[in-house]
Amino acid sequence: MIKIVVVFILSIEPNSMHEMSLCEGVLDVIEDSAKAQNFKKVSQIFLEIGNLSGVEIEAMKFCFAAVMRDSIADKAKLTIIKKEGLAWCMKCAKKVKVKQKFDKCPDCGSYQLQIVSGDEMKIKELEVE
Amino acid sequence: MCATCGCGEGEVKIDGEDHNHHSHTHTTSNKRIVQIETDILEKNNQYANQNRVFFKEHKIFALNLVSSPGSGKTSLLCKTLDDLKNKYKLSVIEGDQQTDNDAKRIQKTGCPAVQINTGKGCHLDAHMVGHSLERLKPEKDSYLFIENVGNLVCPASFDLGEAKRVVILSVTEGEDKPIKYPDMFADSDLMLLNKIDLLPHLDYSLDKVYQYVNKINPKMKIIQVSATTGESMDLWYQWLEISKKTEEI
Repeated sequence: MIKIVVVFILSIEPNSMHEMSLCEGVLDVIEDSAKAQNFKKVSQIFLEIGNLSGVEIEAMKFCFAAVMRDSIADKAKLTIIKKEGLAWCMKCAKKVKVKQKFDKCPDCGSYQLQIVSGDEMKIKELEVE
Repeated sequence: MCATCGCGEGEVKIDGEDHNHHSHTHTTSNKRIVQIETDILEKNNQYANQNRVFFKEHKIFALNLVSSPGSGKTSLLCKTLDDLKNKYKLSVIEGDQQTDNDAKRIQKTGCPAVQINTGKGCHLDAHMVGHSLERLKPEKDSYLFIENVGNLVCPASFDLGEAKRVVILSVTEGEDKPIKYPDMFADSDLMLLNKIDLLPHLDYSLDKVYQYVNKINPKMKIIQVSATTGESMDLWYQWLEISKKTEEI
């Protein structure tokens, strides 16, 4: 039982550090737009995260509350809009679904793919008061 | 298409379910929706651009050196500084989670260096680099080496304002690092394949590593070097010189 817990902590730690900085990036953007758009509290945050962005959604949620604490977005609800990976296959001349960057085309096997969506890491909108 | 958030029907899913577009139209009197549409890394990118402007104005050729821990990055850098310090003006920003051991190693070469300790952070960001420039004050018309935290994942997302990103891979690591950590290799300009003096003692396939790099980034240039024996280090120095000149055109 103890062993399982240790393995879990080791596997989550390196990822959560990366998502921690991303959450800090979110807060930076929010604080800037609070000045520009004149609001004092954020109650909900909509993020758009693509499957190919390398962001671990669970780690993001885990870090989010900690980073937002005592800020303008304290206790704000986090809504993550996931976007699936899509690429343009040069050979098939059509959009195909991809699970990872640098995957081959699921139809023709070509590596000549251009990612068209799925690598987003975007703050879409805020619900503010 | 939703007028508020701009997503098309059926394109987006939230936790596997369709995104409910009605949630943000029903705003109460004191609540409103603010459109942001900004990249999460926007702030970092702004700082990176400030750094880039500074580098350009001062003709400083900045390099972001990335690798996994133990690739021989600091040894390679020390060798480079020793060999080039009488020819060019050089300075170094060292990034590590803790300790200033590396900055001390660099300072022994006589080149100015500052240490950034990221604490819990796993990468350098453009803001940290901007502040260390204030302290380091790199000379005009010089080379600045920014040695990032040893990590092939997170530093890939953070632009520091550098002119070129150089990834260092050693032959004691697996050949498949480029496909295991594709983001880092996809956006780098040069790969230094280090520790090639150890090749006779290893079961390592150069063909494989070239094949993997080619799959991820066919434009990547690769130089095989040994910081210990100095083998082919002159090619790396030529690349530095040419790239700096090209950058200034």
